[in-house]
Amino acid sequence: MLTYNQMVVDMLGGDTFSEAEADRVFHALADSTRRDILARAIEREQSVSALARQYEISLTAVQKHVTVLERAALISKHRSGREQLVAANPETLRRANTLLQAFEQLWVDRANRIAEILAEEGESR
Amino acid sequence: MTVISSTTDADQLTMEIVAEFDAAPDRVWAVWEDPRKLERWWGPPTYPATFTRHEFEVGGQSRYYMTGPTGDRHFGWWRIDVLEAKRRIEFANGFAGDDGEPVPGLAPAGGIVELGSSGSGTRMLVRTEFVDVEQMERMLAMGMQEGMGLAIGQIDAVLREPVPA
Repeated sequence: MLTYNQMVVDMLGGDTFSEAEADRVFHALADSTRRDILARAIEREQSVSALARQYEISLTAVQKHVTVLERAALISKHRSGREQLVAANPETLRRANTLLQAFEQLWVDRANRIAEILAEEGESR
Repeated sequence: MTVISSTTDADQLTMEIVAEFDAAPDRVWAVWEDPRKLERWWGPPTYPATFTRHEFEVGGQSRYYMTGPTGDRHFGWWRIDVLEAKRRIEFANGFAGDDGEPVPGLAPAGGIVELGSSGSGTRMLVRTEFVDVEQMERMLAMGMQEGMGLAIGQIDAVLREPVPA
């Protein structure tokens, strides 16, 4: 399936995501807890321990999710005193958003092509 | 505006689109039933689809490939599970290998099509249901490929939009 991700990269001009980056972003966004963590980080920067209090999973499990998001460059982590702070990375989000919208666009394009076929048939009647 | 609404539900792993056409349901049905019509819209101009098999009946199988700009071919398949003439299609849509046959162990995505009258035209709902997140990742990726018809201008417009929270 690597070929398909390569084509994502091609479509976006090559400088948007490398194939490996696109793989990591797809993987990171494919989990509902990670999407939720990301949504909270977009709202405001917060500590890993504050995030962990929001979920009924262990701190270790939350840290693992944060690591997956960090590897995909969707968030970045930095230390403030004793706390690990998590912030969303807007540039990667913009690019990920493009990928998701492009998928939705697939069916919009298909519907438009169907409309064209139907219109041509109507004219030739 | 052909497309009235489109929604992606990441938690339910579904994507739904509603479109309206200025043509009767039997003509919209024909774009799904007739493989020559189907291949005119399934793939974008840059990745046209060719259906080598299209058994439009319950239990029927389809095989297709999409041809890329460099002549590269990407294979897919359908299996029709439910068919109610001019009203409803439920089909599985999966990846195929270079031999054109389904890749074993790779679950297909579910597709549901509903047609209904809307004034003198037709309302079409298409829902894609993913089995699991890994499949969604793969289909998202293939969706990108199929969505390559996306004009550069549209991509630019998306990039200028603010990131939704």
